[in-house]
Amino acid sequence: MDFARRSIVSIRDFPRDEIESVVAMALDVKAGKWADALQGKVLATLFFEPSTRTRLSFESAMVSMGGRVIGFADANISSAKKGESLVDTIKTVTGYCDVIAMRHPVEGAARLASQVTTVPVLNAGDGANQHPTQTFLDLVTIQEEFGHMDGLTVGMLGDLKYGRTVHSLAEALSLFDTHQVFISPASLRMPETTIDELNKKGASYEQADELTKVESRLDVLYVTRIQKERFVDFQEYERVAGAYRIGRSELELLGAQCRVMHPLPRVDEISESVDSTENAIYFRQAHNGIPTRQALMGLVTGAIR
Amino acid sequence: MTTRTHKVYAIERGTVIDHIPSPMALKVVEILGVEHEGILTVGINFKSDKLGTKDIVKVENLKLTADVTDRLALVAPKATINIIEDGKVVEKRTIHAPHEFKGLLRCPNPNCITNVEEVTSHFIREGEDDQPHVRCLYCERLYKKPSELVV
Repeated sequence: MDFARRSIVSIRDFPRDEIESVVAMALDVKAGKWADALQGKVLATLFFEPSTRTRLSFESAMVSMGGRVIGFADANISSAKKGESLVDTIKTVTGYCDVIAMRHPVEGAARLASQVTTVPVLNAGDGANQHPTQTFLDLVTIQEEFGHMDGLTVGMLGDLKYGRTVHSLAEALSLFDTHQVFISPASLRMPETTIDELNKKGASYEQADELTKVESRLDVLYVTRIQKERFVDFQEYERVAGAYRIGRSELELLGAQCRVMHPLPRVDEISESVDSTENAIYFRQAHNGIPTRQALMGLVTGAIR
Repeated sequence: MTTRTHKVYAIERGTVIDHIPSPMALKVVEILGVEHEGILTVGINFKSDKLGTKDIVKVENLKLTADVTDRLALVAPKATINIIEDGKVVEKRTIHAPHEFKGLLRCPNPNCITNVEEVTSHFIREGEDDQPHVRCLYCERLYKKPSELVV
């Protein structure tokens, strides 16, 4: 399996065996097998939209494996502000780096970028579309925790309609022999297009509107934030958001085996009292962004094979 | 009222596209890009056992290749193509939906890069030949009525 020069634009581009290969590589990297493999490599972080934690994760990943970083963190300080097209920016930056990590507010921007450069592009988020390194790090975390993906029951809770991470995760998990449980208010259900995809793949799933109504024993509960701006009525938001918060009593309901994940940032959908429990793995999940992105950057630059 | 001897005049040489769902004939002419290619005969709203009503387009003196007629997959997936020479049908074929469509459709997602930068639209076909869905290669949205996306 050769990933050299390949761009990581969408999790949909990856069949199961390639996902398994990337996940295994990320865990090897985490175990220290490829120290300094990125020495001499230059990462360009092109963030046309601010995203501090994703950018820091990419930068830390590159620097701590021996590479260097150039880039910008806001389109206002880039040439985009002067009216330069995305294509021109990418073609120019191509001469300055070995790999590009790019976030852009417009959907499909990363795909376009990958078509006009000889340097591999890692999509760090394109509008509401894809954020594949997030999906990979989610899968790495699940694999690390359980040693396998097949046979797991994975719940997803909160805003499943607008949450980009859960759409990609659900599609990726459907490549494995998993059962998925989607728990959300009726107005924020998993979109039809994602459900269609799962049906097409013959995936096993159920939908529920409350955690208490879920009978399946969950191995993972992936929590997402319900955003205030999705609601016209503030009282409605308060009522709905309150019903999807995870605290100690919800943990009791979920059981000791259940691992709680969250793409972060969290606001109040998981009580801080959960942080110190065995169930909580969301900070470890965020930290897994480092070996995951190191593995991906290593693979696409050819530094790791 | 006198009986019409011909609904659409037969042609000596060229291409006949039959079984076009009504009223898509003009769209078909546009997609084929044959507006300026000599004489065209267009019939709309004929009775059809298969479709209820159908349209028909005859392109004189031009033998359209499958590459060209397959572009009709999104507006007339059940159309039949007859190639005529010396007044006789020398080839008969159906439409096979291509795997991808470049430049033919417009992505309706305003936040798709194809509507922001100068990019040729590019859609991938999903689903069956006679009921194709298309997915934008860029924003990855899936559209179940691709005929509505034809530029």
